[in-house]
Amino acid sequence: MNNVLHLAYLVPLFPLLGFLINGLGRKSMSKSLIGIVGSGAILASFIVSVWIFMQVKGGNTFTAEYFNFISADKLTIPFAFKIDQLSSLFLLIITGVGFLIHVYSTSYMHEEKREHFGRYFAYLNLFVFSMLLLVMGGNYVIMFIGWEGVGLCSYLLIGFWFKKPEYNKAANKAFIMNRIGDLAFLIAVFWLIWKTGSVSYDTILPAVKEGTSGLNNTDILVITLLLFVGATGKSAQIPLYTWLPDAMAGPTPVSALIHAATMVTAGIYMIVRSNVLYSLSPVTLNVIAIVGLATALLAATIALKQNDIKKVLAYSTVSQLGYMFLALGTGSYIAAVFHVMTHAFFKALLFLGSGSVIHAMGGEQDIRKMGGLAKYMKITNITFLIGCLAIAGIPGLSGFFSKDEILAGAFMKSPILYGIGLFTALLTAFYMFRLYATTFKGSFRGTHEQEHHLHESPAAITFPLIVLAILSIVGGYVGVPEFIMHGAHSLNDFLAPVIVSVDHGAAHAAGHLSHSEEWMLTGISTALIVIVVVFAWTRFSKKPDTAEPTGFGKILANKWYVDEFYDAAVVRPLNKLGDFLDNMLEKPVIDGLVNGVGKLVNYSSRQLRLLQSGQVGSYVLLMVISMLLIFALQFFLRK
Amino acid sequence: MIAVLLILIPLLTGLAAFFFRNEKAARSWALFSSVLTLAVSILGLTVLKQAKYLSHQCEWMQGLGSSFSVGLDGMGQILCLLTAVSYPIIFLSTWHSNYKKANNFFALMLLAQAGLMGVFLAMDALLFYFFWELALIPVYFLCSQWGGERRIQVTFKFFIYTFVGSVLMLIGILFVYTHTADHSFAIGSFYKANLPLGSQHWLFWLFFVAFAIKMPIFPLHTWQPDAYEQSPTATTMVLSGIMVKMGVLGLLRWLLPVLPIASYSYGDTVSRLAIIGMIYASIIAIRQDDIKRLIAYSSIAHIGLMCLTIFSENKIGFQGVMVQMFNHGVNIIGLWIMVELIERQFGTRKMSELGGLAQKAPAMVIFFVIISLANIALPLTNAFVGEFLMFTGVFTSTVTKYNILFTVLAGLCIILAAVYTLNMIRKIFFGEANTLTATATDLRLNEKIALGAIVALIIWMGVYPKPMLDLTNEISDSILKITDVQHLLKK
Amino acid sequence: MPINYYIILSIALFCIGIVGVLTRRNAIIIFMCIELMLNAVNLLLVAFSKMHHLAGKAVLETAGTDGQLFVFFIMVVAAAEVSVGLAIIVMMYRNIHSVDVNFLNRLKH
Repeated sequence: MNNVLHLAYLVPLFPLLGFLINGLGRKSMSKSLIGIVGSGAILASFIVSVWIFMQVKGGNTFTAEYFNFISADKLTIPFAFKIDQLSSLFLLIITGVGFLIHVYSTSYMHEEKREHFGRYFAYLNLFVFSMLLLVMGGNYVIMFIGWEGVGLCSYLLIGFWFKKPEYNKAANKAFIMNRIGDLAFLIAVFWLIWKTGSVSYDTILPAVKEGTSGLNNTDILVITLLLFVGATGKSAQIPLYTWLPDAMAGPTPVSALIHAATMVTAGIYMIVRSNVLYSLSPVTLNVIAIVGLATALLAATIALKQNDIKKVLAYSTVSQLGYMFLALGTGSYIAAVFHVMTHAFFKALLFLGSGSVIHAMGGEQDIRKMGGLAKYMKITNITFLIGCLAIAGIPGLSGFFSKDEILAGAFMKSPILYGIGLFTALLTAFYMFRLYATTFKGSFRGTHEQEHHLHESPAAITFPLIVLAILSIVGGYVGVPEFIMHGAHSLNDFLAPVIVSVDHGAAHAAGHLSHSEEWMLTGISTALIVIVVVFAWTRFSKKPDTAEPTGFGKILANKWYVDEFYDAAVVRPLNKLGDFLDNMLEKPVIDGLVNGVGKLVNYSSRQLRLLQSGQVGSYVLLMVISMLLIFALQFFLRK
Repeated sequence: MIAVLLILIPLLTGLAAFFFRNEKAARSWALFSSVLTLAVSILGLTVLKQAKYLSHQCEWMQGLGSSFSVGLDGMGQILCLLTAVSYPIIFLSTWHSNYKKANNFFALMLLAQAGLMGVFLAMDALLFYFFWELALIPVYFLCSQWGGERRIQVTFKFFIYTFVGSVLMLIGILFVYTHTADHSFAIGSFYKANLPLGSQHWLFWLFFVAFAIKMPIFPLHTWQPDAYEQSPTATTMVLSGIMVKMGVLGLLRWLLPVLPIASYSYGDTVSRLAIIGMIYASIIAIRQDDIKRLIAYSSIAHIGLMCLTIFSENKIGFQGVMVQMFNHGVNIIGLWIMVELIERQFGTRKMSELGGLAQKAPAMVIFFVIISLANIALPLTNAFVGEFLMFTGVFTSTVTKYNILFTVLAGLCIILAAVYTLNMIRKIFFGEANTLTATATDLRLNEKIALGAIVALIIWMGVYPKPMLDLTNEISDSILKITDVQHLLKK
Repeated sequence: MPINYYIILSIALFCIGIVGVLTRRNAIIIFMCIELMLNAVNLLLVAFSKMHHLAGKAVLETAGTDGQLFVFFIMVVAAAEVSVGLAIIVMMYRNIHSVDVNFLNRLKH
């Protein structure tokens, strides 16, 4: 209680207040006031987060318990926040990038009606609140609150323009796919309660490390796998990734914040948070590595043939998330967090840049109708280019450092993983520069009217772009690899206390590769990437890829028909089953049985009714006979 | 004193309501009475919570060994509070509904409340049976007089169906009675009844069928969607929000502790039925077009989970069920209010004919979304607390060896619930407005108050459920102690 | 005189009454047969009361009067029945111009 970090509740409190004020006052407040409240709340959180980060950097970590959320039987779930290196870093990313995106939104969403503008900021603040709960929660249940909360906000924001039916369907899809993962997450939590009687990190994780938790290997395997399934939902991995590209129906800043920079990294955060458990389960790590790599590759191939500017970025996000899971699977937890951070910078930058483009194009998202935008939008062009260079992994920019670390970790585990990982990186470079060149280079292919309206976006839009561009450049220097400069990987040192140091084998990435090997790997990958970048740039600047795809390209353009497969394998059978049960079982069989009993009674009474002839004489005769019978029975059966 | 007042107030005010001639006066009288009951109920939870205020016993049919014995334990507190909270909300939200012979309508509603309170309070088996039937009769008249077009047929089925269950239960009660040591109907004697092991088995089914029909549990559920669909909405709220809890309470108070060994040995069978019912109802709900039927099937799925948890027989589950009984009642009443609003405005409950309401009625959509999210147990809403504890209870159950399988299968309903609930929201509120919904108007003050109260309860119970959980602590322990089969088998 | 004679006589009367009710269709005759049955019972009650009152005296002072009291009750009821029954028969004759009970089978509807 005496620890100053007890004040950490302020971080989520501000967005919550912002949500309430904007939500309740959306009809009476002016747009600028709404924008100030919305952005100001996040700025306040950011300032507190910076202060917390300083505290943590000074060695002060703390678990603050506020009240008992649930206490039943022997289970106690406190409403607790855990402030340590990992969560403080995520706080910075969420509130920092979040603030920039709020500022961006004040301009981007300005054409909305006032109440919708207020609604938008309310949702956005609620999202930040949920995300903060997710990373600050001191146990799995508080994390789950945030976990479902961000899913809800994602649902609300994807369906923000609720008049369009397909947007609402995309929103539903996102929520339901997330729910599938959530179920697995919940079961993992139940399993933990069952075996350990607790859900708090502070109780479970140290006990697991010392082997006194009561969890055996099977338990750990199942729990980690279930948690991972949860992560595949939230972080859009195979098989639950298809919601993320559809989620681009939401406003572009939402895509930047939720579907690129923060929410989708929740799965990575969760696994890093539970790294003690994961390190004890090599099987799960292998599964994660394979799923992550497969997702990275699959999404990258799909991105090659997409023509919607946001869809390309969406698949690129899925692919990069796959990369992060590859890092987790190879045991390089810090590399994953590192990539989360750099990815947050450059992917937010790219999405916001694409928003700037869409804004200038009057809502057009098809890159085949763009081209040559560089000369109209200077700032957007340069910042977007920086983003592309960063994601491609050009040396000196942030993406290079984090990606390189992941690839090095993969190489340690197996050269095959490295090979596929590198191939995916090349694909990434290719489709990003296809996107860049088609959009910004060449000549303009849109209508005359669009060309007339082309303009650079206002300062509220370009300011976040510039900040993020700077971050995309310098963000990598917190993690300069050991072989380039000794002791410069400050992120490693910072996060070391929360990552379990496991000695056995491949789980540990750095330190086992000699410096010369690392130089060689980095050299090869850099050289290949540069070649691909140059190739894609020159090719698509001159001759944009506007033809309808055929053959294999068509399969890619149609996303390997995965949506169609899910539709045929799950959605339609389920609907059919529903109809079948309702029409063939419920009404005729079960209800039929019930009504049948009623009908039987009805029928038999109709038959018995015939005995009643109405002849009084027959009634009396019957009575007399019955009486005689009763007498007889009394008489003969008495003894 | 509190316990008696909770029954007497609605009973007397209900009888008095028959004599009102003015519709408005009857309405106000009913609201006044329900608020009074709520005040008494809250008084029992806060100021007068000593045991002497909460229970009462006097002579009733002493010759039979039955006394008028009522008492409020933790579970009773929760359910009486639910009943007391629901009624003002129901009356408020249906303030503008027109009923012919309104005085009779409100009188019957209040009489039903008296019956329900009695069921929740009775600590004597015969008294329990008495109130069980007493609650049914006003509901029968409510449905058959003020219901939809198929009301006669549907109400008749509903009545006969539940009555068959009641009679079976009566047989069970009488049999147990003959085996009590002191020939008494008192609950304590029932718990100590010396029942032959063989008879426990068929007795179990007598009781279970009665409660299962009321809840309802698959495959005894077919009266429910029809009855919900055809009843006037105010009655549907009573039926689904409060009345189904009679069955759940019956399981917890009258079945498990009276027949612990049979409950243990049939636990798996019943759990399987509950799970089949949950999935079955959820899948059917996906394909419903009528909002009332959709909610009815959704309710079957939720109640199935309660049944499953009860037969997991552990404390955390019991606590979850008790909390969830309250939450489910509040949430589903909220949903019915919405249905009533929609039906009164547009004259249809078909989702396919609606759409685009969000533009015209923003307040409505906010309330509806919050209540729907509570219905699918989103964290920080009340149902999450209940469902989380219930699932934990099922998962950590020691009386079955299929605990993991049961949890996973029941968990599928979490996903399916999201599917049908979100589809419902989408079809009613989102998209472009059509000719029917273009003239929609938003909520009025009375509806806002009623829905505001519900949302406040949802958030409160979702963020700080401790007061309610504390209520369930003692009673769960005491039920579990009597039900502890391992202990009994050793003996 | 042994009581058996009374019993046999009243059984005979009762059986005549029953057979009459069952076989005759004329309402008035049925009515008379019912009276016959009632009187058979009356006879039995009076006989028992007279013959056995001494045995009852040991238990109760007023024993023996009960049976005769019942007879009065029966006679009162029979009188009431005659008045109502004959009225019904008269109404029946007015409506269907017959006193045959087989025409009266509307009960089955």
